[in-house]
Amino acid sequence: MKVQGSIRRRLFFQLGGIAALLSLAFFLTLRVVAENTAEATQDSILAASATAIADSLRSDNGSVSLELPYSALSMLGTVSEDRVFYHVVVSGNSLTGYADLPPPSAPPRPGSPVFDTYDYRGDEVRSVSVMRPVGSAAQSTNVVVTVAQTRLGLEATSQRITTTATGVGVGFFLLATALSLWAASSALAPIDRMTAAVTRRGPKDLRPVTAETPAELVPLVDALNSFMARLRTSLGRSEDFIAEAAHRVRTPLATVRTQAEVTHRKLNKPEHKKAIREMIRAIDESARSAGQMLDHAMVTFRADSLARDDLDLVVLMTETCDRLVPTADLKDIAIRTDFGNDPIPFQGDGILLQAALQNILDNAIKYSPEDSNISATIKVGETIRISFTDQGRGFGDTDMSRVTTRYQRGANVGDIVGSGLGLTIADEVARAHGGGIEISHNNEGIGACVCLYLPR
Amino acid sequence: MRLPLFAALAVALFSGPALAFEIEEQRIYPADPERAVFKIISTADLGVFDPIIRAFQATQPGLTIEYTVTGTTDLMHAIEVEGASFDLAISSAMDLQTKLANDGYAQSYTGAARLPSWANWRNQVFAFTQEPAVLVVSDAFFAKDDAPRTRDALIEVLRANPDRFQGRVGTYDVRTSGFGYLMATQDSRNSEAFWRLMEVMGRLDAKLYCCSGDMIRDVASGKLGLAYNVLGSYAASELATTKGFQIIELEDYVNVMLRTSLIPNTAQNTQAAYAMIDFLSRLNQRPDLVTASGLPAIDTAALQANSSLRPIRFGPGLLVFMDQLKRRNFLRNWENSLLQDK
Ligand SMILES: Nc1ncnc2c1ncn2[C@@H]1O[C@H](COP(=O)(O)OP(=O)(O)OP(=O)(O)O)[C@@H](O)[C@H]1O
Ligand SMILES: [Mg+2]
Repeated sequence: MKVQGSIRRRLFFQLGGIAALLSLAFFLTLRVVAENTAEATQDSILAASATAIADSLRSDNGSVSLELPYSALSMLGTVSEDRVFYHVVVSGNSLTGYADLPPPSAPPRPGSPVFDTYDYRGDEVRSVSVMRPVGSAAQSTNVVVTVAQTRLGLEATSQRITTTATGVGVGFFLLATALSLWAASSALAPIDRMTAAVTRRGPKDLRPVTAETPAELVPLVDALNSFMARLRTSLGRSEDFIAEAAHRVRTPLATVRTQAEVTHRKLNKPEHKKAIREMIRAIDESARSAGQMLDHAMVTFRADSLARDDLDLVVLMTETCDRLVPTADLKDIAIRTDFGNDPIPFQGDGILLQAALQNILDNAIKYSPEDSNISATIKVGETIRISFTDQGRGFGDTDMSRVTTRYQRGANVGDIVGSGLGLTIADEVARAHGGGIEISHNNEGIGACVCLYLPR
Repeated sequence: MRLPLFAALAVALFSGPALAFEIEEQRIYPADPERAVFKIISTADLGVFDPIIRAFQATQPGLTIEYTVTGTTDLMHAIEVEGASFDLAISSAMDLQTKLANDGYAQSYTGAARLPSWANWRNQVFAFTQEPAVLVVSDAFFAKDDAPRTRDALIEVLRANPDRFQGRVGTYDVRTSGFGYLMATQDSRNSEAFWRLMEVMGRLDAKLYCCSGDMIRDVASGKLGLAYNVLGSYAASELATTKGFQIIELEDYVNVMLRTSLIPNTAQNTQAAYAMIDFLSRLNQRPDLVTASGLPAIDTAALQANSSLRPIRFGPGLLVFMDQLKRRNFLRNWENSLLQDK
């Protein structure tokens, strides 16, 4: 699988990017609006000051005089500690004030002041000029009043606004980013949920996914489900095949074996008899293999969806032993059971457990000499331990870790017929129930001890 | 040691024949060894400022201090027109100092954060005293509890006894005294009674003075019955040695002048100027200097305690009476009131 990018990361970065853009736009807008407002405030105070000065202009016997009102300048000092300049010009001649203050950029007309921004005496200043005709209508002179103020207060205000706007912008961005992180997570939650639902299943669970699915994922889940259905069918088919094959092989083999035995009895030459005996053995091995393969396929199939029936292990053990007593009797082997009659309850698949126990007991009988004992015990402790101890050849040099592998037989088998699937079946059944099997030497003398343990 | 040399050069450049402002007093406080020179131009008399300078010099080893005393308008002229090189300008005329700062002749010093906001303008003009303008009355004219307490009462008294007070009232000649002009203009803003008072004093043929000291002396000696708008700090320190007069803070309102310092653009030794501004703004922690100089330190609590005290506010409003037309009009009104029969 090639991992390429992450939806979560992409979502997060895209949403974060959008949030950053919005924050920036917000910041710029706030600043522009606030600065315009601050500038407009300064302009209106300046205009009020110039108007107050213009209002106190008087015509004195044809000449213009001015009684500079205190409030005209003091009002400019209420907001900030900015420097203030003014100039009053009567038809081109300086009347009072700062004579070097630059004239307005355009001649102001009555009722429409002219605002300018320029450098004066080392600082940037904002100035307003108003024009006022003074005197009688017949003999009026045009007076231009200019009032200018430095912009340090404005700068301080805009600095303050910038700080606030930055704070708000950054806060907005952080909040939006946190929200987009949350949004990305919650958008991806169904995927996480489905991933969890699928990973939680056992390795052989091929049922279709039925978890709640968002519309966007329905095609994916449909595809997955149809894929699993095909897998299930194909698995089922191969199981059928094994079962069928085993069955179809066993019946003719039985016929062939009977024929071979009849022939064996009729033949006299030792070499012919030997050949037929080998044939019979091969037939036995094939039949055994077919039977074990059928059992193994059944185990694999049933373990997929394990039944949890209420069982009594004592009953199960008794049945198993009873079933194999005839085989044991053939070799004069006594099966000593030691588990009383009190029921030992367990939840599981009875057929599988029986197959497992039968294979272990079968081994014990198979690999024991005639006239020996096998003890079968159940011990209930932290786990339930079902042990079969025999007095047979034991495992010898056999690598005990490998005997549960499929088709793996030990070095100690000699001429005993077998397919190497018995302990594999027992092991798979035990593990399907959450337990396992333990293989050891018989602690009390010769022989082997095979134990199947189950959780309580 | 380039600084003293440079300063000496500057002195050579700006002193001599070009020097147009009038030096009333000058004293050099030498340091040995001398590492830097600090030049102060001030309107405060040597007698008043001497203890402060000595105390400041004690904190600045190696600093030679040159203290030049001049009048308020001369100080303004020296810095604005002549560009004389001083490191610190100390003046009792807030309006002139404000105009200097407004017109761009002052440097900023942002370190002096200790001052209350009403005592600092643009980080360029720093107040360090608060001095009320008071009425000084002679014991020969007024018994202990007899003196008028408001301007209206003062006008009453003067109107009721024209013969007694003829030629026996004094005030500043606002045409020559910056402090007098500042107080008179503030009075004219504050109260209608001011012009009436000027009328009455004019009818009584008021004597006009250049300085508080002379007025206080004449009141103490009984030559004057009373003097209006006298610098309270001078009167208070005079009262410690001289008998024969009372100081009255009128109850309708008292103008409080702030003595200020600023660092001219031409300053060479700004470090010393910063140190001096810091030193002056901590004057309230040196009661010994307040007593020795007679200069009351900045004290917000005292102003809040007495609601009739009106500290003059910094700001462009102070520029209004600096306007040449406004000044001309004001002086014409003043002359019309005070110099009626001349
Ligand atoms: N009780 C036992 N005593 C000695 N060896 C044993 C015993 N049980 C199992 N083994 C060894 O473990 C091997 C694996 O056993 P397993 O039952 O899986 O195969 P098998 O018995 O050979 O064939 P089958 O599938 O027909 O049972 C055996 O071949 C044998 O070597
Ligand atoms: Mg076996």
